Amino acid sequence: MNERADQAGAAATLPEVAVEVVGLHKWYGEFHVLRDINLKVARGERIVICGPSGGGKSTLLRCVNRLEDWQRGRIVVDGVELTEDPKRILAVRRDVGMVFQQFNLFPHLTVLENCTLAPIWVRHMPKREAEALAMTFLARVKIPDQAGKYPARLSGGQQQRVAIARALCMNPNIMLFDEPTSALDPEMVKEVLDTMVELATDGITMLVVSHEMGFARQVADRVILMDDGQIVEVNEPKKFFDAPQHERTRLFLKQILH
Amino acid sequence: MSAIGDQSFSYLRGIPLGPEPPPTTRAGPFGWLRANLFSSPANIALTLVCVLLIVWFVPPLVRFFLVDAVWSGADRDACLASPVQPHPGACWAFVRVWFSYFVYGFYPLGERWRVDIFFLTLAFGIVWLLRLSAPRRDIGAFYFFVILPILSFVLLHGAPLVGLAVVSTALWGGVLVTVVVATIGIVFSLPLGVLLALARRSEKPVVKWAAVTFIEFVRGVPLITVLFMASVMLPLFVPERLAPDKLVRALIGVALFASAYMAEVVRGGLAAVPPGQYEAARALGLTYWRMMGLVILPQALRVTLPNIVNTFIGLFKDTTLVFVVGIFDFLRTIEAARADPKWAAPNTAVTGYAFAAIFYFVCCYAMSRYARRVEARLARAGRR
Repeated sequence: MNERADQAGAAATLPEVAVEVVGLHKWYGEFHVLRDINLKVARGERIVICGPSGGGKSTLLRCVNRLEDWQRGRIVVDGVELTEDPKRILAVRRDVGMVFQQFNLFPHLTVLENCTLAPIWVRHMPKREAEALAMTFLARVKIPDQAGKYPARLSGGQQQRVAIARALCMNPNIMLFDEPTSALDPEMVKEVLDTMVELATDGITMLVVSHEMGFARQVADRVILMDDGQIVEVNEPKKFFDAPQHERTRLFLKQILH
Repeated sequence: MSAIGDQSFSYLRGIPLGPEPPPTTRAGPFGWLRANLFSSPANIALTLVCVLLIVWFVPPLVRFFLVDAVWSGADRDACLASPVQPHPGACWAFVRVWFSYFVYGFYPLGERWRVDIFFLTLAFGIVWLLRLSAPRRDIGAFYFFVILPILSFVLLHGAPLVGLAVVSTALWGGVLVTVVVATIGIVFSLPLGVLLALARRSEKPVVKWAAVTFIEFVRGVPLITVLFMASVMLPLFVPERLAPDKLVRALIGVALFASAYMAEVVRGGLAAVPPGQYEAARALGLTYWRMMGLVILPQALRVTLPNIVNTFIGLFKDTTLVFVVGIFDFLRTIEAARADPKWAAPNTAVTGYAFAAIFYFVCCYAMSRYARRVEARLARAGRR
């Protein structure tokens, strides 16, 4: 449980529960942003979290790789409990990929260098090997021809696909997506969602904060509604959309689907 | 069909319009003059004022420093007014005679070749390190930061082991001292400044407050005070035998002083890097130092490059202040030489100062130009 490194590379030994959140509370000053969150994500499960803004969706996601800390409760990722210990935090981050709303590509590096940075400096992979790996993932997100360009030259959709490739280059067990299509022009949403759908069919564990209900319906195993820092409803997509159990869910769906 | 539909024009484009070249406006030299110098009454007035200023100032300066200047001579008589030259100009003869003193100070005559080699190796290192197209700049950096300091010490200070006599730093002077102080100050202030800036943004209160105290204290006192403290107060705490050399003390003072300013410049750059960059780097599992070294600092230093060079230029000129602790830097050697009664002539001092001004201007302008070129190159690379 404490030596995550021993398990690295041997996917078979990964625990069945990918992410376990128990009694999680978080405050921003006086503001109680997460209130008693309990969630178990099975290996290979795909979860879409939706809900009104300010409901704590992104905060919960960012707790999973400890970009945010919390005051009460615990989170176990791939069998490693996240504590203050920086070694554990780094170990978890190495195996959890994250894609941000604003892409957050490194503007001073080319697309290829963005992808090889972490494999080289975190995984200590030889440069040539890391570049070959990056090219396969860039090919998978269908932009191998942009490898030599700087991110500023790319469209939003292309940048987000590079960001996905960059995360995949670390060979993560779990992928976190924090509103990956919210900052995109409408005509670019589809290319990013297609990439994510393809990723979902590979069986990687995915936690996605998104309002793309079509995506949720298509790939999610479970859909979660968060509001006021609480999980209001957890349901399989069909039931979530067609027969929501909670009034709050019904209201939310009505608002976003018009 | 309505009446509008029958008309010869339409709101919709029927045939797609291809791109056309932009209209050519007033071209040629007269076009340029009109657009840039005489475009409006205010602009015309400004142009005329500038022309007047040039006519007023430039010819007398040219006459004084070039036409009427005295280029050779053995002593003050050459630069004094005489029937042959009723209005003598700049006394360059003075600069020529004292030139080697301005460059080497009291460095022993027979050992000055060592200083020349130092200048050459330093120039070589600077070009290798800074020339963007130079090959193997990693080796260049190793040469500049490891080999060159050792080589310079052996050359300038001397090493009896290899047959080079020790030359006390008390004999160093002129351009040599200025270059040594400025180079050490520049080379040390950047890394120290980066560390201080990072410490100031640290989440650990002790580290943060130590950095804040140092930066605010050093910035709050004049450089002269720092130099006095380094040269007068340090020996009070350290036994004389162990106390470092006077020049070394001044070097430490200058480097620490410059690093406090550099820290604030770098801090500005760090603040300009969006939080998302930190988050992305951390999410990839990079450690703090790798995140800083590979992701944050390259971006922060890039946006602050003009300010960094600005600080370097200020530092280069501030090195003249080491004279207050009795070190003969370039400006001090000119001061000393102009007091020589043998060269007491009305224009000696002016010429000496003009020479100093040219030296400082050339060095600072070179730094400025280099920074501009790097900026332009970074802009071309399409990086934000």
